[in-house]
Amino acid sequence: MTSIADIVAEHAHREGPLLPILHDVQKAFGHVSEDAMRDIAQALNLTRAEVYGVVSFYHDFRKEAEARPILKLCRAEACKARGVDALVLIAENQSRVKVEPVYCLGLCSVGPAALVGDQVIARLDQARLSSLLEAM
Amino acid sequence: MTVRISNDAVALACGADAVAAAFAAAGVDVERVSSWGMHWMEPLVDIDGVGYGQVSADQVPSILSGDAKSIGRIEDHPFIARQNRLTFARAGKTRPTSLDDYYASGGWLGLGQARAIGAEATIETIIVSGLRGRGGAGFPAGIKWRTVADAPAEQKYIVCNADEGDSGTFADRMVMEGDPFMLIEGMAIAGFAVGATKAYIYIRSEYPHAIAKMEAAIQLSAHLIAPFVVEVRVGAGAYICGEETSLLNSLEGKRGEVRAKPPLPALEGLFGKPTVVNNVLTLAAVPWILAHGGEAYAAYGMGRSKGTMPVQLAGNVKHGGLFEVAFGITLGELVNEIGGGTASGRPVRCVQVGGPLGAYIAPAQFDLPFDYEAFAAADALIGHAGITVFDDSVDMAQMARFAMEFCAIESCGKCTPCRLGSTRGVETIDQIIAGKNVDANLALLADLAETMKFGSLCAMGGFTPYPVMSAIKLFPEDFNR
Repeated sequence: MTSIADIVAEHAHREGPLLPILHDVQKAFGHVSEDAMRDIAQALNLTRAEVYGVVSFYHDFRKEAEARPILKLCRAEACKARGVDALVLIAENQSRVKVEPVYCLGLCSVGPAALVGDQVIARLDQARLSSLLEAM
Repeated sequence: MTVRISNDAVALACGADAVAAAFAAAGVDVERVSSWGMHWMEPLVDIDGVGYGQVSADQVPSILSGDAKSIGRIEDHPFIARQNRLTFARAGKTRPTSLDDYYASGGWLGLGQARAIGAEATIETIIVSGLRGRGGAGFPAGIKWRTVADAPAEQKYIVCNADEGDSGTFADRMVMEGDPFMLIEGMAIAGFAVGATKAYIYIRSEYPHAIAKMEAAIQLSAHLIAPFVVEVRVGAGAYICGEETSLLNSLEGKRGEVRAKPPLPALEGLFGKPTVVNNVLTLAAVPWILAHGGEAYAAYGMGRSKGTMPVQLAGNVKHGGLFEVAFGITLGELVNEIGGGTASGRPVRCVQVGGPLGAYIAPAQFDLPFDYEAFAAADALIGHAGITVFDDSVDMAQMARFAMEFCAIESCGKCTPCRLGSTRGVETIDQIIAGKNVDANLALLADLAETMKFGSLCAMGGFTPYPVMSAIKLFPEDFNR
């Protein structure tokens, strides 16, 4: 299993290595824990506050693990124009899948759109969203 | 017979993989190409130039037997035929990460020309072309390049801003997924012109397919641009990192907080070094300009808005997609003639141009020509040229509230008008929606908008008032008036 030290070593030679490191830590462990932040800070000669400040600034990084599968539903203007707000109730009516807002997936001509992992889904309606959530 | 199906994210999201698999199962060779940009047609199947729209896997047998109805030759379709495709000349035609396809369609000619005429003449060509920053600010690209070229430093950088966060825009994504070598070539030309050997392309994490294709293309073309080096950096879900100084901080591994200007990034940018920060579309326009000459590019457009703009038709629009056209076309032509009105079939109530920070525009103003100066004079913004269409079911008070809410969620927090003003804005609009002291709260909101507009450090807080105040001005009835 990959360790924090391995990940840091892989990126340490790069200019501005912190974000690539945080991405890889989150990919490997599902989140960036307090312990991980401490180790990264030490390895990069940063304060823990600096690393915490970066982790907490960006929406992508989570400080706690999320056990459920995650569906990112676009809630920005173009998807609103295509009726995403009517789908939010369906998403909120279940708790098995964690539904998070995302502000634009660049699928603005075929919304409402969602992202599951690296899989993009467009032209969502109530039926398609329901079956998508059930299949996750 | 060549069957071409796009592997652009829009096509994938609409089910293109299943269609491609069905053709493959029938024993047909399928080429996965970039998207034509006719998004309402996706998955679009192109068989020797003839198109079949919105294809599902079960329609494959009828297409192969000739029984299915085609849309005719794709290149003759009015949506394509009316465009001036310079940046998107390869769209729909080439395999995105095929170097052979890129060479065969005129790839690397611009870089070759730049190397032949030298750095100074390359910058002069960009200045002559009139190319302006396509990210929104519209600053002349050649002037920025000259500033960086003239700045003495051992290390300079090219930074490509691919943090395309504005809702209603997807042209950057289409360039990266559809024609990544063109963007690499554009960065290499910029690097050659200003004397930079290293480029970073900062791509938002919401674009996994763009990241994968850019990384593949960089590997394949590394020897062609050497000693110039391009590296992908992935954003982390912060809208503000589309602002150039915030992006630079993010690249340095810091919180994406906005920097005060001056110093200009051209003089003190990434790691304090002279840096060209250009949008994807700006850099993507560069190879064509070098290959065909600055005058050829400047022959398109109007006034001080030269060349073409890849307009993105989005939201509740019948014919959504990518429409690259010379500046000067009117908003009404784009929305009604090319876009075909709304997808829902209801009347168009308004459009928002330029993303979440752009003003709402009503059909009464649809004679507005697409031109930086004309839009600015109308208190509107071309921005990244995304047009989001809304039908008459939209509640503009809710949209105004969302503009403030979005600013509150995405504000970097560095300056007070943006950080606090956005939250106070949401609260005030909530009061108005609830019918409490409507006149007084509208006056308060107007005052708050002034403070944000003139007191914010960057366009996030400075431009959020545009959608809010334009919504109130155009549709007072939605605000209990």
